[in-house]
Amino acid sequence: MDFSNTEEQQMLQESVQKFVYKSYDFDTRKQIIASEKGFSQENWDLFAELGWLTVPFKEDDGGFGGSAVDLAVMMEEFGKAMLVEPFIATAVLAGGVISEQGSAEQKAELLPKIMEGSLQLACAYAEQGSRFNLANIKTSAVVEGDTVILNGSKTAVLNGSNAEILLVAARESGAATDSEGISVFMVDASSAGVSIQSFANVDGKKSAEINLKDVSVPVAQRLGASGSALQALQDGVDRATLAVSAEAVGAMESLLHKTVEYSKTRKQFGTAIGTFQALQHRMADMFIECQLARSIVIMAAMKLDGGESALEKTKSVSAAKSRIGRAIQKVGQEAIQIHGGIGMTEELDVGHLFKSVTAAEIMFGNTDYHTQRFASL
Amino acid sequence: MNADFTAEELQFEIEVREFLQNDFPAEYREKVDAGIRLSKDELVHWQKILYKKGWAASNWPVEHGGTGWSATQKHIFATEMGLIGAPEPVPFGMKMVAPVLMAYGSDEQKQRFLPDILESNVWWCQGYSEPNSGSDLASLKTSAVRDGDEYVVNGSKTWNTYGQYADWIFCLVRTDTSVKKQEGISFMLIDMKTPGITLKPIVLLDGHAEVNEVFFDEVRVPANNLIGEENKGWTYAKVLLTHERTNISGVPRGKRRLAALKRLAGNTDDGFGGTMLENSAFKTKLAQVDIELQALEYSELRTLAALSVGKAPGPESSILKIVGTELAQEMDELFVDLAGYNCLPFVPEQFEDGFQGEAVGPGSSAAAALSYFNNRKLSIFGGSNEIQRNIISKAVLGL
Repeated sequence: MDFSNTEEQQMLQESVQKFVYKSYDFDTRKQIIASEKGFSQENWDLFAELGWLTVPFKEDDGGFGGSAVDLAVMMEEFGKAMLVEPFIATAVLAGGVISEQGSAEQKAELLPKIMEGSLQLACAYAEQGSRFNLANIKTSAVVEGDTVILNGSKTAVLNGSNAEILLVAARESGAATDSEGISVFMVDASSAGVSIQSFANVDGKKSAEINLKDVSVPVAQRLGASGSALQALQDGVDRATLAVSAEAVGAMESLLHKTVEYSKTRKQFGTAIGTFQALQHRMADMFIECQLARSIVIMAAMKLDGGESALEKTKSVSAAKSRIGRAIQKVGQEAIQIHGGIGMTEELDVGHLFKSVTAAEIMFGNTDYHTQRFASL
Repeated sequence: MNADFTAEELQFEIEVREFLQNDFPAEYREKVDAGIRLSKDELVHWQKILYKKGWAASNWPVEHGGTGWSATQKHIFATEMGLIGAPEPVPFGMKMVAPVLMAYGSDEQKQRFLPDILESNVWWCQGYSEPNSGSDLASLKTSAVRDGDEYVVNGSKTWNTYGQYADWIFCLVRTDTSVKKQEGISFMLIDMKTPGITLKPIVLLDGHAEVNEVFFDEVRVPANNLIGEENKGWTYAKVLLTHERTNISGVPRGKRRLAALKRLAGNTDDGFGGTMLENSAFKTKLAQVDIELQALEYSELRTLAALSVGKAPGPESSILKIVGTELAQEMDELFVDLAGYNCLPFVPEQFEDGFQGEAVGPGSSAAAALSYFNNRKLSIFGGSNEIQRNIISKAVLGL
């Protein structure tokens, strides 16, 4: 048993820390969010150069063959500084789905481009009526000869505004919530009939609502066999769930640290507010939440890497996301409360960390959803 | 990063499991499962079985007859004991007074007391809290005044667990009233048969007199029963506290109780044609407890891994006490939930050993409320959970 970082994990961690220290302070982040793309291409190129974009990929796919623990270690550092670059959307989620579901040719065509930083992707799976049920897909895919016609609309498409290729989950057969009949198609974002409404989420990350009207795609753009994509989607989303949970652990760490430091300097009634027991116990509880959150993310990562059954892996991801979600509400809300009015302002980073973890709580299924999913598996 | 045991540790796990399967008496196991309290004789009998195996003192060094186990081995042993429901040795001798004796006692004191603790020949109890000294333990007033070769002790101790069975009591007493409160306290061992000691049982909410008030009236204690130096008792007691915070999370016992909850829920009607395991409100609460137990387990493993590479147990382990006790209390709430009306009958004697009358309610459902009441103690004793939060905010957060 050894819970310390391996040498590789240590290197990854230090590499992200160094980058953040040099090029990702709070003001720089603000400028990046305000830019047209909403992320920095320069940073993205650097991520590729540093090899970060290969971490989520298997060695067979030409990747670094990173474990889930490696990924979690990295994402925690991303979370501390609230990086908005679409690492999860492109490399973890979309890359993961292609790696699971794509043919050898499809993988050979796309994965190297992701890893070298020249391709942005987005996975369009959620719909207005589906909430967090991945199997609930109404977007239709009708095969006509060599082409497929897609109709429907997608919501919460992370990185949807910057992606050159959209991975669109659509139904070829079956009723709206059947697990069979779902396929994923690679759709050129500039195709006729694709309309993209772009915006930033509360955490500053770019997202989109996407409408598909009679979009015509060659059948060859389907990932894998017809109607068989749900498992790959689920695995990709599970891994992305772990990644976003680890990001939240990092962001909560920042929230706790900033809150404790603030309470040592902010004076009221002639004394630092951190000397008040009413606040001390709340910060002690924040600390406990941060520790439990880290423990359960490590557990889920270890189980994803280990020899457990697919069911156990999925269960551990839901256990982690459920527990993380409770920690997020507690730590986020208390951080604002203890900061008082200044915590409510746009100018201070604490409020932005709160917004980041709030987005993380909802992303890939909120606390209630994952609690129920855990209970039902 | 990995949570795996080594091959030797896995082998040890098997050895412990097999020993417990074979040697923890089946009749005790049945009683534990049925929520019936083991008697003093039964507890001592079980401890002597452990002694024969050489496993009585998992936390002692080999030189005193302990196992000399690593932190991980101790964890494995405690886990297997908890999973099967075997009671841990009564802590007052083995885990509380013995480490103080080893660290600060004279050679004569070690030879006199340690072997009988190891063999479970002598039952110890604790004299720390007083009616007016709870969380502020250092304000204790029971006095010990030197008179020739003896001390004369006056005062009273409370929340004294199982003092009715005890042969000896270890006490914190005030030997100097003129200095800062922490600096006038001494650590003293007192024979419970000494004239002037009386015990008054305190019946708790579950109807059981688990604790006592102990009165000292002109009790004469030989001066060589003092541990270490006079007025250093607070330091001794504190050092002990920070070193005994592993295996306090109760994860193994929690796992056993969780499994029991699931079994019971599957056998309990929800009143609408299904079982409580299908009841969505109950199911959600059960899932949350299940998840919390996993978060706690991995927190404990992280602490353990840090210990096994030689780091000192930090105040972070206060987390294990807070979360472990609050989780155990939540489980009690779920047992009460499941019992419904069946937790209302107050018939505590039916869970005592040797009860001959007609039991009320199915299974041990009537024990649910008793356990719920009794386990409110968990967040109060061993340094209340508020004291633990003080420790975290001072020692970890630097507030």
